[in-house]
Amino acid sequence: MSDEPLPLAERWAALARLTPARIGLGRSGASLPTREVLRFGLAHAQARDAVHIPFRAEEVATALATLPVETVQVESAAPSRDLYLRRPDLGRRLSAESRVALAGRRGDFDLALVVADGLSSTAIHQNAAPFIAGLLPLLRRQGLRLAPLVIASQARVALGDEVGEALGARAVAVLIGERPGLSSPDSLGAYLTFAPRPGLSDAARNCISNIRPGGLSYEQAAFKLSWLIAEAFRRSLTGVDLKDESDLALEAVTPDKLPPA
Amino acid sequence: MAYRVTVGRQTHVFADLKQVMAKATPLRSGDMLAGLAAASMEECMAAKIALADLPLRIFLSEALVPYEQDEVTRLILDTHDAAAFAPIAALTVGEFRDWLCSEAATTEVLAGIAPGVTPEMAAAVSKLMRNQDLILVARKCRVVTRFRNTLGLPGTMAVRLQPNHPTDDAAGILASIVDGLLYGCGDAVIGINPASDSPAAIGDLLRLLDELIRRFDIPTQSCVLTHVTSAIALIGQGAPVDLVFQSVAGTQKANDSFGVSLALLREGMEAGRSLKRGTVGDNVMYFETGQGSALSAGAHHGVDQQTLEARAYAVARAYDPLLVNTVVGFIGPEYLYDGKQIIRAGLEDHFCGKLMGVPMGCDICYTNHAEADQDDMDTLLTLLGTAGVNFVMGVPGADDVMLNYQSTSFHDQLYIREVLDLKRAPEFEAWLRRMEITDAAGKLSTGRGRQALLAAVQGRAA
Repeated sequence: MSDEPLPLAERWAALARLTPARIGLGRSGASLPTREVLRFGLAHAQARDAVHIPFRAEEVATALATLPVETVQVESAAPSRDLYLRRPDLGRRLSAESRVALAGRRGDFDLALVVADGLSSTAIHQNAAPFIAGLLPLLRRQGLRLAPLVIASQARVALGDEVGEALGARAVAVLIGERPGLSSPDSLGAYLTFAPRPGLSDAARNCISNIRPGGLSYEQAAFKLSWLIAEAFRRSLTGVDLKDESDLALEAVTPDKLPPA
Repeated sequence: MAYRVTVGRQTHVFADLKQVMAKATPLRSGDMLAGLAAASMEECMAAKIALADLPLRIFLSEALVPYEQDEVTRLILDTHDAAAFAPIAALTVGEFRDWLCSEAATTEVLAGIAPGVTPEMAAAVSKLMRNQDLILVARKCRVVTRFRNTLGLPGTMAVRLQPNHPTDDAAGILASIVDGLLYGCGDAVIGINPASDSPAAIGDLLRLLDELIRRFDIPTQSCVLTHVTSAIALIGQGAPVDLVFQSVAGTQKANDSFGVSLALLREGMEAGRSLKRGTVGDNVMYFETGQGSALSAGAHHGVDQQTLEARAYAVARAYDPLLVNTVVGFIGPEYLYDGKQIIRAGLEDHFCGKLMGVPMGCDICYTNHAEADQDDMDTLLTLLGTAGVNFVMGVPGADDVMLNYQSTSFHDQLYIREVLDLKRAPEFEAWLRRMEITDAAGKLSTGRGRQALLAAVQGRAA
């Protein structure tokens, strides 16, 4: 049944604007109206695709080639998407070949950036290059020595620990596709770890979540990450003891808005 | 002691009891991840055959997780009710399954033995049971609990209204609550997972819920799902806490990783009860669990995840909870890979909990990296509704926009009520009727209650 007279329908529309939750959907008997069944189905399809669409590492490298940074591609020890999903431990380790490849690039670096597919290749395909384009100038302003940018396939967050250690970097920032939600299949996360080495837990990291055009903007996220990196070097730590107070720093630089990216 | 089973020319050897239990478990990714799963389907059947012949008593003398190292094991064995156990004391695990399915095991008899059933016994027999057995026996078990209403009565199913919001926005949360109430949801609890862990923000949410429940005199309870230590502190500051929440697991070490101990849970329960906010009962605890949590914390002691999950119900049972919720598909495909594994786990958890006398509900859910979809959730909802589940979740449109996973919706609970003729908690059902949200048959109607509740949230948003 279409159960609402028009004024109520308008009131529901006003309520629905208060939350991204799926409220005021209407019903047909006990059931969802067809339009909502299809809207949900489409969102789920996009979230599923974000997990399973093969990662196009080459394409990401090409997009990053316009930026002033070298790239190197690596793979985790997970040989397939299926095994990647079943065996998180494999996604946290480099393949034997990739370990050798990174050993050859070892140097004296402040920061290693890792772009990793994680659970949403869509997030990386759409967001990695524009986010990094905004981030690099902020890092350069800090005078950081950057390791070659690593593009990692079938990777979990903790893969960055081995990458950072192999490259000889004092810190590692992993930009990774987050577990896709129904309303956010393209969400990028950034995890910062000081003194990376295998065996660290997530309590040793700082995280910025929901980086995407409909969530935290590239500009805001780059500012936050750059702030965290500066603080991590100043205090020689990341994790639960480093609170994200970049909003205070942000207030301090207003009213001139954000630093130009 | 090793266990041997010969099948044709092949002899299968199992090193110990926990290996028999693990290898007898229907296949799931978490046991594979832990390296505990049977290597072949025949080995799995051989383990079931071995298990069927073991006396139930063995679980009283042989601890799967060492007694000296684990306070959950000590709780299970030290509080075991020998008198309640007596009627089944002579049975093997296989005979126990036959007995549970038989006419001898009535609702009253099952309630009588519940304190004598250890989690290991429940898990063991579940491994020999098909899905239909898990439904048939669970349906006979009744666990009734009370705070401001009566949950778990025959022919009823309650719903936790879950109005989460990514930034805890009060108007946004209220909008979801009103939508849910108008679908007749919220009798189990109105329970918010807060995005923030700041005590001030959680206090604000508690007051928001308290105000709404008082203003409309809703016979239900609220909960903001925060750590038990936060709830204790908030109670100390005078916050209106109805239910004390905590995630729990089946080993001491896993509970350590959640920052809880049995003593702390008792403190939480006592703090909750001290407020005397319940009107028809004092079941103040709300626990959540889920297969795989112990392995995830590196605290599984080589025991399969389903057995450890049942041990979490022994933890819950000790605190007379109002609600115990297995959040079955939330943990991800490395523990429960697909719809088949999630459905099986949901039925096992519900069965084991009910057999042990625990008020089991289920967050019928999945994440987008699992091989599952809403069709699988429909199947599990239909099965658990049939099995007599105490409560399920009501999430707007089944899409939790804060926790990023899919559960069951306001519409889903309407569906299962219609198909199985399931009622709400009686006090809540009467309230809906008074508010003219539902008609005499419990079907949704359009009355003045809708207007008043809508006005409540619009006043807040203005």
